[in-house]
Amino acid sequence: MNRSRRTLLAAVAALLAKPLAALAAWNEGAFGAKTPQDALKGIGAVNPAPSKDIVIDAPQIAENGAVVPIEISSNIPGTSSLAVVLERNPFPLAAKFDFKEGALPYVKLNVKMAETADVRVVAAAGGRYYSANREIKVTIGGCGG
Amino acid sequence: MRATLAGGNTEVRVLMTHPMTTAQSGQPLHFIQNITLKVNGSAVIEAEVSQAVSRNPVFSFRLKGGAKGDKIEVAWLDNKGESNKIETAVA
Repeated sequence: MNRSRRTLLAAVAALLAKPLAALAAWNEGAFGAKTPQDALKGIGAVNPAPSKDIVIDAPQIAENGAVVPIEISSNIPGTSSLAVVLERNPFPLAAKFDFKEGALPYVKLNVKMAETADVRVVAAAGGRYYSANREIKVTIGGCGG
Repeated sequence: MRATLAGGNTEVRVLMTHPMTTAQSGQPLHFIQNITLKVNGSAVIEAEVSQAVSRNPVFSFRLKGGAKGDKIEVAWLDNKGESNKIETAVA
């Protein structure tokens, strides 16, 4: 390795080190996954059990895929996290919320959807994973935003 | 941000001003990655999000119990290392 290359690498490492040190954990593998299966694997949720105790409140038809309101909650005792997977988005994992003591497993958010697809919500409770899904029809895709 | 007592619990609604641009938009990828909600200094919700969250994100959260005057702080951090912190008290 010659000196200029080494200097360049050192500079790149220094540039990388700063934001990495400042950043909280962000699961690059799971968020970079291109299929819902890989996204689930990325958060450790392999073969989640179907559950009717996960509630997904969302419009049946979203005219504007750039802003699709989704309200989710879990009635499974001990729910410690909820993840939102938009099954036909280029990167399906949209969000993962960890709830600690003092928080209820509930969140309402707006997401972008590329096209009509199932929204899958995965809950973690007591070291096990559960999931529910619901189809949202999208009139105009919203990933150009 | 608004935090109000409702039915014995606390409802928090927070707006973050952020472009949340996707890789498909033709603009540089720029999106919030981490969100932390603290109550009186203790983290109770930690979230990781992607560029699939809509522009100028709005989130609603629910906290167990709560009392008037509790300090609620929401902080975010994006993929460029930019961050912001929003604070309010439960009303």
